[in-house]
Amino acid sequence: MPRDKERPGYVLMVAALVCVVCALLVSSAVVLLRPVQDRNALLARQRNILEVAGLYQPGQPVDAQFARIEARVVDLATGGYVEGADAVRFDIARTARDPKASDAVPADADVARIHRRPRQMPVFMVRGDAGLETVILPMHGYGLWSTMYAYVALDGRGERVKGVTFYSHAETPGLGAEIENARWRGSWVGKRLTGDDGSVRFDIAKGQPAPDAADFHVDAISGATLTSIGVENMVHYWLGEQGYGPFLARLTSGGG
Amino acid sequence: MKAETRKVLFEPLVVNNPIIVQILGICSALAITSKLAPAVIMSIALTAVVACSNVAISAIRHYIPNNIRIIVQMTIIASLVIVVDQVLRAYAPEISKQLSVFVGLIITNCIVLGRAEGFAMKNPVWPSFVDGLGQGLGYSLVLIALGATRELFGFGSLWGYPVLPLVNDGGWYRPNSLMTLAPSAFFLVAGIIWAVRTWKHDQQEQADYRIQVVHRTETQ
Repeated sequence: MPRDKERPGYVLMVAALVCVVCALLVSSAVVLLRPVQDRNALLARQRNILEVAGLYQPGQPVDAQFARIEARVVDLATGGYVEGADAVRFDIARTARDPKASDAVPADADVARIHRRPRQMPVFMVRGDAGLETVILPMHGYGLWSTMYAYVALDGRGERVKGVTFYSHAETPGLGAEIENARWRGSWVGKRLTGDDGSVRFDIAKGQPAPDAADFHVDAISGATLTSIGVENMVHYWLGEQGYGPFLARLTSGGG
Repeated sequence: MKAETRKVLFEPLVVNNPIIVQILGICSALAITSKLAPAVIMSIALTAVVACSNVAISAIRHYIPNNIRIIVQMTIIASLVIVVDQVLRAYAPEISKQLSVFVGLIITNCIVLGRAEGFAMKNPVWPSFVDGLGQGLGYSLVLIALGATRELFGFGSLWGYPVLPLVNDGGWYRPNSLMTLAPSAFFLVAGIIWAVRTWKHDQQEQADYRIQVVHRTETQ
């Protein structure tokens, strides 16, 4: 046992030793468990996509179910597919930070406040007997506190919403976090996002919409006005020219 | 097992339970007991953290300078909590999501620091381990009782399996939605405290003040 435990040099040494040992413990746990966590993250992502497409069957292996989904990477500027890219493992947040794979969004066009836009984005499609049945578009935008990441599923003609899910966000629990609420997400189903002229008319607001806008209207979440506005902006941005506009145009003109 | 060890291990289950006698760790007991599964996982996580932190702190207790002892204890506890959180994320991702911040909040759970400062700093490694285990099990006992009661009456199920058929699914049981809310855990904890103190009279505290008639002579 040390004779003088309160000597400054000894105190500093103990503090440093404790820090080093704890840091080693924490970092080795993180590094060793990373592969398992990545695998879980991949399965969770596949399940989210299946759920938003309305195909998920609990209890069945997710990988097998996901085989039905066609995953492609789209070049946003041209709307064409990028061959040989892995859409399922595509990391949107990391790509948006990478200066070689993303562009700064001009302030006046940055409706969703994402600052940088990846040049390519993954899209997921389900084909059936009648051709393209579902298109699933990943979107993200800034809410009140955090960037919200979502999948929006549209029907094969890109007209009506089939489902929406938010898979990552840090909005206020009980208020903004209600974007996860199944009932609220259900109120999106069947809504239209773009008008006949191709402009984005989707609107999230409180109260009764005008009769001709009811098809584009989703009721806002009580107590979460800014989050609701953020979600609306996200949809506007990603369906516009900056987002999936060119891709959807090509898809609906029969080029899909 | 020696009598002393047995006392350290079993006393926290009822006689000196961290939740119902020491009234520690109430916040997590309210927050994550609406269903059984998260309550069980939280119990395991806390028991692991308090046992390991007691061992680690007890092992180096002679070397910790007195004036930084709380910081050293917190550093060790925080590291263990991060490890447990990472393990949960890897092997129980769904439940880890449900527990959300409450795994991280084990760091501030008074039971862990309380045992480190109150027991592990003064006792050898083996008794400290047993003490951590005992306190963890005492916490688990209450948490699991709360989780089971709340899930059974609030959702009509146990561990996700339907037990009482719900009206919505064509059964007869109308779920008590109070049980799904945090205050119900408060009422249940209060009920358990009442029951245990009726059984064990020595836990009843003497009132600090007693209302009684006082004779006063007032000057006018």
